[in-house]
Amino acid sequence: MTPPHALPRWADVFVLPMINIVVALMVCGLIVLALGENPFVAIVVMLKGAFVYPGSLGYTLYYTTNFIFTGLAVAVASHAMMFNIGGEGQAYIGGLGAGLAALWLAPMLPLVLVIPIAILAAALFGAVWGLIPGYLQAYRGSQIVITTIMFNFIASAIMVWLLAGALMQPGQQSPQTPQLAVSGQMPKVHDLLNGLSLNVASSPLNLSFLLALAALAGFWFLIWKTRIGYEIRAVGQNPKAAHYAGINVPMVIVFALAVSGACAGLMATNEVLGVQHRVVLNFTSGYGFAGIAIALMGRNHPIGIFFASLLFGALYQGGAELDFEFQSITREIVLLIQGLIVLFSGALAYMFANPLARLLLRLKLIGGEA
Amino acid sequence: MQHENTSPVPAIELVDICKSFGPVRANRDVSLRVEAGTIHGIVGENGAGKSTLMNILYGLYRADSGEMQVAGEPVSLRSSADALSLGIGMVHQHFMLISNMTVLENVMLGSEGGPLLRTGKQETLKTLKQLADDYGMQVDPDALIADLPVGIRQRVEIIKAIKGGARILILDEPTGVLTPGEADSLFEVLRALQANGATVLLITHKLDEIMAITDAVSVMRNGEVVGHRRTADTSPAELARLMVGRDVLLSVDRGRAQPGEVLLEVSGLHCTSSRGRKLLNDISFNIRSGEIFGVAGVSGNGQTELLEVIAGMRRFDSGTLGLLGETVTPDNLRTPAEIRDMKIAHIPEDRHQFGLILSFDAKGNAILGYHRSPLYGEGWFLDEAAIQVHCGRLMSEHDVRPGNPALPARNFSGGNQQKLIIARETDTKPKILIVGQPTRGVDVGAIEFIHKELLALRDAGCAILLVSAELDEILGLSDRIMVMNDGRQMGILDSANAGRDKLGAMMAGIEEAGSA
Repeated sequence: MTPPHALPRWADVFVLPMINIVVALMVCGLIVLALGENPFVAIVVMLKGAFVYPGSLGYTLYYTTNFIFTGLAVAVASHAMMFNIGGEGQAYIGGLGAGLAALWLAPMLPLVLVIPIAILAAALFGAVWGLIPGYLQAYRGSQIVITTIMFNFIASAIMVWLLAGALMQPGQQSPQTPQLAVSGQMPKVHDLLNGLSLNVASSPLNLSFLLALAALAGFWFLIWKTRIGYEIRAVGQNPKAAHYAGINVPMVIVFALAVSGACAGLMATNEVLGVQHRVVLNFTSGYGFAGIAIALMGRNHPIGIFFASLLFGALYQGGAELDFEFQSITREIVLLIQGLIVLFSGALAYMFANPLARLLLRLKLIGGEA
Repeated sequence: MQHENTSPVPAIELVDICKSFGPVRANRDVSLRVEAGTIHGIVGENGAGKSTLMNILYGLYRADSGEMQVAGEPVSLRSSADALSLGIGMVHQHFMLISNMTVLENVMLGSEGGPLLRTGKQETLKTLKQLADDYGMQVDPDALIADLPVGIRQRVEIIKAIKGGARILILDEPTGVLTPGEADSLFEVLRALQANGATVLLITHKLDEIMAITDAVSVMRNGEVVGHRRTADTSPAELARLMVGRDVLLSVDRGRAQPGEVLLEVSGLHCTSSRGRKLLNDISFNIRSGEIFGVAGVSGNGQTELLEVIAGMRRFDSGTLGLLGETVTPDNLRTPAEIRDMKIAHIPEDRHQFGLILSFDAKGNAILGYHRSPLYGEGWFLDEAAIQVHCGRLMSEHDVRPGNPALPARNFSGGNQQKLIIARETDTKPKILIVGQPTRGVDVGAIEFIHKELLALRDAGCAILLVSAELDEILGLSDRIMVMNDGRQMGILDSANAGRDKLGAMMAGIEEAGSA
């Protein structure tokens, strides 16, 4: 019954995630080795595929954008000690908001008006989808973990019904909306840079990336610099003390879940407004769930979330390159490798915490429990 | 430290034990000899190193250097399992029981005796009966832990420890949560254990307990043992002087109260739990400005609920609350925030659960409940610089040590945590202050300081409602005293006419006195 050792912050924030990634990469390396390929060559291919080849950085950052939004969604709720597993559904419903706003307004209004309204609609729809489980938890005691999972299914069912019904593009057989008019499309970064006569390879990277960076800054400000952020953290750390302090605990929970849902909803600006230019079936494709690993690995802190998102973005993009480059490494193997990294840095995030603490103790880098 | 005519082999002998946590030297060259078959007390202020030493003895921490012998054999403990195998058992300050299991199931835990529970249950029942016969430790094996009073839960902890064969029992602040009656029956159990040859190590900071039950006592200060005494050869005053390193006023000189107008008026208050149990039954009293109104009673007889109702944290069924002239009824409740805005401050009974957010730093805690005040930022924003200055001032004015606003609340000692809460709640110059257990788990030096602060507040015209399980504290500070039993008021006495015996009888629900 050894009590868990407390890691100093630098070890928790930097060393531990690094160990997790290295271990995950070693396991992946063994798999690659078993397939008859050289793991070191594979890593070089992945890195080049994620950062070096023309347009690859754009792709990496485009994936990163999705991860930032869904990671933030989990992180905001985590500060109130609420486990929001509904990022997937909130992003999906956010896409409905963005899509409806842009489909309706783009033919009438200029881009500078349509895009901000569509962004707000994405956040608002996502917020509502987070707020309902939040309300059920705060005022009715329904477990948020269960309700957010169920709301993912509800969102999925609603979207299938709409995309194969009322919103389906006329005269088409695929479940998707008509394409957005140009004034409803988020400008691409390479178009803008080429306009400044910088020659940049084309990629899906669009201005949503800047919105994601702004969301990171806004998150930091909200949680650590505002009264409501203080209340969210107080409720998360000690709900009884928060009640004693006159904080309206249920309302703070609902608010946190609404902000959380809004962050997830904003992911739609990247996918719907930025890339697909329409609402398509399953455009969220698991980013909402990956957000859980991102927030865990990023320790619910904006800088951590940024780097975790960048890592996952690089894995997605570099992984695609692996599939392309090696005969023996198929799409499924790439998925397996990505899954391993998610497993080690997300689900098993604290597996090495105790061994690391003992090592640091032995090296006299920390002084043990105070 | 050597005693004549004791058994040659001590139960425990520690030689030059040292333990540091980073720069903090929690134990410095601690040497200690505990004779077999004695009750040995260890006293010291919070942070003196008592708990660290016991955790070393119980194998939870490893000493950096020094020697340890159990029954004459040198030992090296790596875990609590090692300690248990040497016959060392520990009863922690915070109980390690599963509250939705029965007594039997809790005691059986770890010795179920196979895949089916039947044999284990029978064995355990036999053990329970044996212990009840030997030591008078009666418990209902089928009672749920959650339904048992704290004293009985502690008894279950002791049973768990000695059932495993412990011959040396360490008790960490065992009476901190007990009522006087429960403490007395704990002492009977300890004496029975001693009579059967067990050795008891009692960690406490209550000197009257040391005097009442121990054979020998060691005093710790700043990580060092500063004295060993035979209890018969010492006095509370000497021990207190050793503990704090100077003379301490054990009782406060409080002067006469100058009561003014009525600020808090409670009449006909009734409150029921969600399960339908009567928690408050027809409570009526009033408190004037410049007066300390003490509420005495065995813990769990409605005092907690009374505090919570006045603080706006709990609904009530009927009756009225008059707060500074405003009338609060069940249909017209106030939230905790509204209550605080009326300049009614609340020092909660349980500082870890309610008073503080342990993971927040001191400055985050210094504004808890007052974080909406324009003093700490405009509009939506918090002004960190202002909060830092505010917290620094609170810490220096109220002697909170270390005076570092960025230190997490959990890294302060109990006394300093309490001083931080008191600083926060009294800094706004409240008109009414409601206080629960202001000095529970707080060392002697801090108790003196806290009592002086409460009296100063009274003299400044504040109406104070003081709930405490310490009769001495109630008697020492209050101008009038109400005794509660099972949610009822047993009477209100002028403190001049209240003696320990009279209050004790009323706390037990025996005698009703006329209201004063």
